[in-house]
Amino acid sequence: MATKDLDIELKLLLDAIYLKYHYDFRGYAMASLKRRMTLAADHFGCRTLSQLQDRILHEPPLFPELLNYLTVQVSEMFRDPTYFRSLRESVIPLLRTYPSLKVWVAGCSTGEEVYSLAILLREEGLLERTLIYATDINTQALQKAEAGVYAVDRIAAFTQNHSQSGGHASLSDYYTAAYGNVVFDRALKKHIVFSDHSLATDSVFAEVQLLSCRNVLIYFNRELQERALGLFKDSLCRRGFLGLGARESLRFSQHAPAFSSLVWEDRIFQKG
Amino acid sequence: MDFESPTGIQAAALAGRIDAVVVGASAGGVEALGTLLPALPRGFRPAVLVVLHQPRERRSLLVDIFSSRCALPVQEAQDKEPAQPGTIYFAPPDYHLLVDDGPSLALSADEPVLFSRPSIDVLFESAADTYGHRLAGLILTGANSDGARGLAAVREAGGVTLVQRPDTAMVATMPTAALARGRPTSCSRSNRWPSSCG
Repeated sequence: MATKDLDIELKLLLDAIYLKYHYDFRGYAMASLKRRMTLAADHFGCRTLSQLQDRILHEPPLFPELLNYLTVQVSEMFRDPTYFRSLRESVIPLLRTYPSLKVWVAGCSTGEEVYSLAILLREEGLLERTLIYATDINTQALQKAEAGVYAVDRIAAFTQNHSQSGGHASLSDYYTAAYGNVVFDRALKKHIVFSDHSLATDSVFAEVQLLSCRNVLIYFNRELQERALGLFKDSLCRRGFLGLGARESLRFSQHAPAFSSLVWEDRIFQKG
Repeated sequence: MDFESPTGIQAAALAGRIDAVVVGASAGGVEALGTLLPALPRGFRPAVLVVLHQPRERRSLLVDIFSSRCALPVQEAQDKEPAQPGTIYFAPPDYHLLVDDGPSLALSADEPVLFSRPSIDVLFESAADTYGHRLAGLILTGANSDGARGLAAVREAGGVTLVQRPDTAMVATMPTAALARGRPTSCSRSNRWPSSCG
């Protein structure tokens, strides 16, 4: 079958983005990316992806806005409460044995998961000896993550998740509300380093005991998934922990033999 | 609800005209699917991809419910898995299901569409893009307008489009919205799978 115009245009646009801005979306899963790119074209008033390509090349200030369309995930704090409950019950007791801890949240977007982990570690008495690396390719999202400000109308859902995850204290102990927003405690942020990092093009930067990367791999094609999982494997210390999204697994990966499944239902793996 | 045998889709499938059937259902959907899916016979060739709106907090029981009642194998869709012929796939709760080149299944945690994740529109649009005219889309009972846009995409790609007759649906909003968006290839008479498929 002849290649469809939309597919040709998408490929050219991704090449253009890579050549001009060094963001590499060429290894992303195409169905989702196509959908997002088509929505972005609508948003920018472009009839075709070729028109979008023209604007993205010649109007650089538009690029961050496009990046928001391509990368921002809607997350929430303590999303999938059973994941956090399993971390508490099955991973934290083993993390306690380390004198100092490093945690990597890869693809942290606007930070909801980072603060969730920081709160969990605080509640388990481990935050004081922990450094959390929170990385994403989208610098605007990282700035939001660093600000730690969320709309107050999201807090009810966050609070419910936190409580279902086995949270000891009240979530309100960790934020201050003002002007329709809440801002998370500076004492949490003290332990978090926010940084620009691409799973598609960058390499390992630290050795960590826990790596949480949820609902990021589903956006990659097989080849890019392998690259990312290779980075994860190399970043984890021996017996380190990897948490993936509820519908992600290592099942088809060449890196699968390096890991064992610790809590399969919550996709928590341990490096061998 | 009394759907009869899926003669229309079956005929098209046997003639080798379609490679996949996408089905969207919401309120009342378990009952409607309970009539439809068990009626698909062993040897039915297309892949069957189903979005049923469900609560996101709980583990889905759909595979358990339908496995014992269907002649075809029933699975929850897994990311990057090839879409196998003659297999029924349900979108997992809280994820969109899409079809990528291959054709293979793809999941996404993108924002809900029309308050729905999984979204019928998202599945139908991506399936239309991948399968083109070799696709059949079916909209069943439901209380919102999800699926109307997706079914239009199936129609534009030259696929077969089917809508449950609103007066036979437990909740008529979804089939009505799909009909308002354009005439389907076939509108099921008296709760049946339609007997003619364009």
